Amino acid sequence: MSDVRYEPVIGLEIHVQLSTRTKMFCACPLSFGEPPNTRTCPVCLGLPGTLPVANAEAIHHGLMIGLALGSQLAARSIFHRKNYFYPDLPKGYQISQYDEPLCSGGRLGEVRIHRVHLEEDAAKLTHVGASGRIHGSDASIVDFNRGGTPLAEIVTEPDLRSPEQASEWLRLLRTTLRRLGVSDVNMEEGSLRCDANISIRPTGSDELGTKTELKNMNSFRFIERGIRAEIARQEQLLRAGEPVVQETLHFDPRTEAITSLRSKEEAHDYRYFPEPDLPPVTITEAMLERARAGLPELPLEREQRLASELGLNAESARLLSWRSELGDYFEAALAAGGGVESQPLANWLGELTTRAGGEDPAATGVEPAQLAALAALVSSGAVTQGAARQVLDRMVAAGGGDPAAIVEAEGLGAVGGADELAPIVRAALEANPDVAEKLRDGDMKPIGVIIGHVMRETRGRADGKEVTAIVRAELGLGG
Amino acid sequence: MIDRDDVLHVARLARLRLSDAEADRMTGELAKILEHVERIGELDLDGVPPTAHVVAVEHELRPDVPGPCLSREAALAQAPATQDGGFLVPSPQAG
Repeated sequence: MSDVRYEPVIGLEIHVQLSTRTKMFCACPLSFGEPPNTRTCPVCLGLPGTLPVANAEAIHHGLMIGLALGSQLAARSIFHRKNYFYPDLPKGYQISQYDEPLCSGGRLGEVRIHRVHLEEDAAKLTHVGASGRIHGSDASIVDFNRGGTPLAEIVTEPDLRSPEQASEWLRLLRTTLRRLGVSDVNMEEGSLRCDANISIRPTGSDELGTKTELKNMNSFRFIERGIRAEIARQEQLLRAGEPVVQETLHFDPRTEAITSLRSKEEAHDYRYFPEPDLPPVTITEAMLERARAGLPELPLEREQRLASELGLNAESARLLSWRSELGDYFEAALAAGGGVESQPLANWLGELTTRAGGEDPAATGVEPAQLAALAALVSSGAVTQGAARQVLDRMVAAGGGDPAAIVEAEGLGAVGGADELAPIVRAALEANPDVAEKLRDGDMKPIGVIIGHVMRETRGRADGKEVTAIVRAELGLGG
Repeated sequence: MIDRDDVLHVARLARLRLSDAEADRMTGELAKILEHVERIGELDLDGVPPTAHVVAVEHELRPDVPGPCLSREAALAQAPATQDGGFLVPSPQAG
């Protein structure tokens, strides 16, 4: 048994706060760090006698998400009450959707979507420890500013097979939602939150193992680490002949510990029933039309366009579309003109991004047009690759700059033409007679020594191919 | 048919503590209510879609326009206890 190999089966549940102006069921503005309990009204405080009314813009955002994910959009959708007691939920239930969600099915990349539904966010609880004012118990403080914020919950099918794949796919989803403009999708600030349903099974098996739910991981790094830790925990259990228990778990990124969150008798007995205070939402043709008209080019479409129309290689096309800020920078540089070619420009953007520590290249201060100008200098042969890297270093250090001016000022222009290079090559051959001997005998392996010598002499301003050609000419080896 | 265990389960979910006598009484009363509702099953409802609303209200949505909020004082006015501008409650983690 011990040689059984297991494969993970992972599905994600993603909550995104929608960037409407007001809450899901009342006219309170959304809160961005205002003082506690200053964005509330009788509806979102759950006071008796109040009536919720659904926010039309939240429905619109939901429809756009559904369209982007290729979901089936319901002609009629209803809200349900999800009943449970928790101090962050003033009514004793959350208004959510159950068996008639706004969007069903769909797909994003290699992952199928199960459903997308709308609901309201809970309030924020701050645990404050022992309090003299509440007898014999630890206390928490409730801030209802967040309570009632519109959420879209996106549920995938269990189509992911590794922690890395899960976090990479989540990035694609985040970029897609950001392009749609329906959410800030900021994990650190909680406008994008992710739970993972995880099970493992013997590799090749079609059956699903017992799954656990790992709650609220708030960064891409924690998601990968949390899922990895839970897979390891389940594998250890199964190898020891013990069962995996279906439960809700919490991952502590500091200790890597996984702990159970809810007791079993409470779990998933929410007694859903249709919300009597809200009429069914009828999706009209006008609403659909408006949602369709609002759809921008989505990351997967952009990836295809960059590959097929601009001829970028698969890796570049994917990188530039899955990270909008890179794609936007690239397209701005391309539009700046100067006859720069797509793929070299994408490669130079990669160089710039590396110099930005992998973050947004625009933060370096180098403008898209300046990067395009640098790429054009290289393409025209005015500057070599190596020298251009030095120019880029200087541009980043100065927070931007005109590459041509830097080339001029620093004397980094390419040393070109046999007139200039031939004497340097001859000197290199004279300085390395053993290498010259081998080259003359047709053994081209040590030519790197000569090229290196020339590069040192020219501070990287010579073109390697040109140097090779001159070496051959000097030694009478022919083209 | 509802039994005593169902009643105790629902009571626990609703955070109600029932005495033995109350649990017995509730079991009987709830059973009668459910029996009454079950009589709907005697009707031929093939082809009748389930409904949760007696009045057909079409398209009752709210434009996304901010309205006034309560002052914090008003929001907290009836809280049994407050601290740092919030409602002070027993910690749910304490169980």
